[in-house]
Amino acid sequence: MRKTSGKRKSVEYDKYGWLFIAPFFIIFIIFQLWPLIYTIGLAFCESYTDSLFNVEVGPTFNGLENFKTIFMSEKGVLFDTYTFQALWNTAIMWLASFIPQILLALLLAVWFTDTRVKLKGQGAYKMLVFLPNIITAATISVLFYKLFDYPNGPINQLLVSSGLVKDAVRFFSNKWATRGIISFINFWMWYGNTMIVLSAGILGINPSLIEAARVDGATSMQIFRKITLPLLKPILLFTLVNSAIGGMQMYDIPKLLTASGQGDPDFSTRTITMYIRDLAFTGSKQLGKASAVSMVLFVVTTILSLCLFYIMRDKDEIREKKEIKAREKMERRAQR
Amino acid sequence: MNTGKERSLSASIRMAQIFRIAICVFLCLLSLFPFWVMLVNATRTSVEIQTHFSLVPSVSFPENYSKLIAQCNENVPLWRYMVNSLIIAVSSTALTVYFSTMTAYGVTIYKFKGASFVWAFIMGIMMIPAQVSSIGFFRFIYKIGLGNSYIPLILPAIAAPATVFFMRQYMISALPKEIIDAARIDGSGEFRTFNTIAVPLMKPAIATQCIFAFIGSWNNFYTPSMLLTSQSKYTLPMFVQIMRGERFRTDFGIIYVGLVITIAPIFIVYCLLSKYIIAGVALGGVKE
Repeated sequence: MRKTSGKRKSVEYDKYGWLFIAPFFIIFIIFQLWPLIYTIGLAFCESYTDSLFNVEVGPTFNGLENFKTIFMSEKGVLFDTYTFQALWNTAIMWLASFIPQILLALLLAVWFTDTRVKLKGQGAYKMLVFLPNIITAATISVLFYKLFDYPNGPINQLLVSSGLVKDAVRFFSNKWATRGIISFINFWMWYGNTMIVLSAGILGINPSLIEAARVDGATSMQIFRKITLPLLKPILLFTLVNSAIGGMQMYDIPKLLTASGQGDPDFSTRTITMYIRDLAFTGSKQLGKASAVSMVLFVVTTILSLCLFYIMRDKDEIREKKEIKAREKMERRAQR
Repeated sequence: MNTGKERSLSASIRMAQIFRIAICVFLCLLSLFPFWVMLVNATRTSVEIQTHFSLVPSVSFPENYSKLIAQCNENVPLWRYMVNSLIIAVSSTALTVYFSTMTAYGVTIYKFKGASFVWAFIMGIMMIPAQVSSIGFFRFIYKIGLGNSYIPLILPAIAAPATVFFMRQYMISALPKEIIDAARIDGSGEFRTFNTIAVPLMKPAIATQCIFAFIGSWNNFYTPSMLLTSQSKYTLPMFVQIMRGERFRTDFGIIYVGLVITIAPIFIVYCLLSKYIIAGVALGGVKE
């Protein structure tokens, strides 16, 4: 008897749950869900500002017209558009920062957790290596813009005075140099973060596994390849997907690094988010097309998130779900 | 022979140690180099900066600073921008942390119907970047007449799925249900229980998330640069953008001073709290 009355009371309390989550969902619906629906709607509309007369045109429904211009060039070549150029720029700059980042982070994480070759002063190393990660990206970008300045930025001064090059280099008029600098900044800002995450992952591995392998005569390389790496796989995948989603949103650094802010030279460093903003807020303010490009970004990040969601499946939650189901079953049985 | 082998083993360990320390020291210098050059150039005159590279500070910092302030004049109020950034960062941090704890409490403590669906939903929306809906966000904000205000920069902070996620992970291990039941028996109302019992117990997680929310908001360039139009309302990262423009091209020293000023607050915060920040990252509490 006492048990059932207790349960009834907890059911009464449980209604409060809705009140506690209400602010989150009200704000989410107003400031995130509605703008998202709005953007999806605009993607299927003609909406721009006629720059000659400064009149807003639309939004009027025009079906898949925006998507056609995104996927097909005027000559009818598939994917030969500014959208896919921007997508490609973003992908290549992300990849060029991610590969060295994960390799260096992994190496450092292994070193920092090595029990045989102990490394002193880890706290200081971690603190300094992580430092660029928390500094405002906008400031870092402008700082590098000044460092690589032509003709007498500090890097050019160093290169010329050390005799490595004869004349100062125009870094920002070379496509690959500019991309390289952007990738380097991203690498430099993020490898410390990745290293800390991976170190935590390695420390989570049962040390007796590694000890046992060492007693059996395994070399450090064998231990790394056969024990550390396989057990670290979920965290590595998490880092990969998380970094890819973050990379797709790259904006501050390429936006502020080059002179025009439009991805110099020749739009080769214009990322997808920069392109969306350029479309929507400059020239003829093509909100419709910008929304359609946003949808491309949305689809790409959704696919990446689904991968992440699959990797991070919460095992506790699955168990809890089972428990709730079992409880419901019991209740139903009790009612009968 | 045995001792010889041991000696060579310890020698190889020592070699590895030296090699690793060298690499780590190099990486630390790499982290500091750009900032050091910035700091040094902030103390040098425009002519010095243009003629040669140096890693030794000079004495012209006060001069550069007064030049910068003169160049800013009343049109680009630098210190006002810092206050603006501070107002936005502090209020959005407070909202993010308080309401995320509340939301996490709602889905963790109460087993209402659909609680697990709500949780799956929060996880699902966690990864949708704000940039995807920025066009709709912009149009909507301007339609309701909040275009040039801080409300759209502060209020949306209430819905921060990643913070909710972190709070729930912590809550599961740090908030025993028995305490809440005991409070109920004592006649405490649900919201009072939350404010007086759950929030204090969540303090470590709240502190960690405060740091990350503050840094995230302080560093945000994307949304303010899209919404704010009147120059007196700009934030610090937007000042950085102005500094790159025509206005500050005249002198090489002042731009470095400007950069130093924009970095200084976050740099000081980091020096004081780096231990907690790194611990927070290790917990997987950061997502940008």
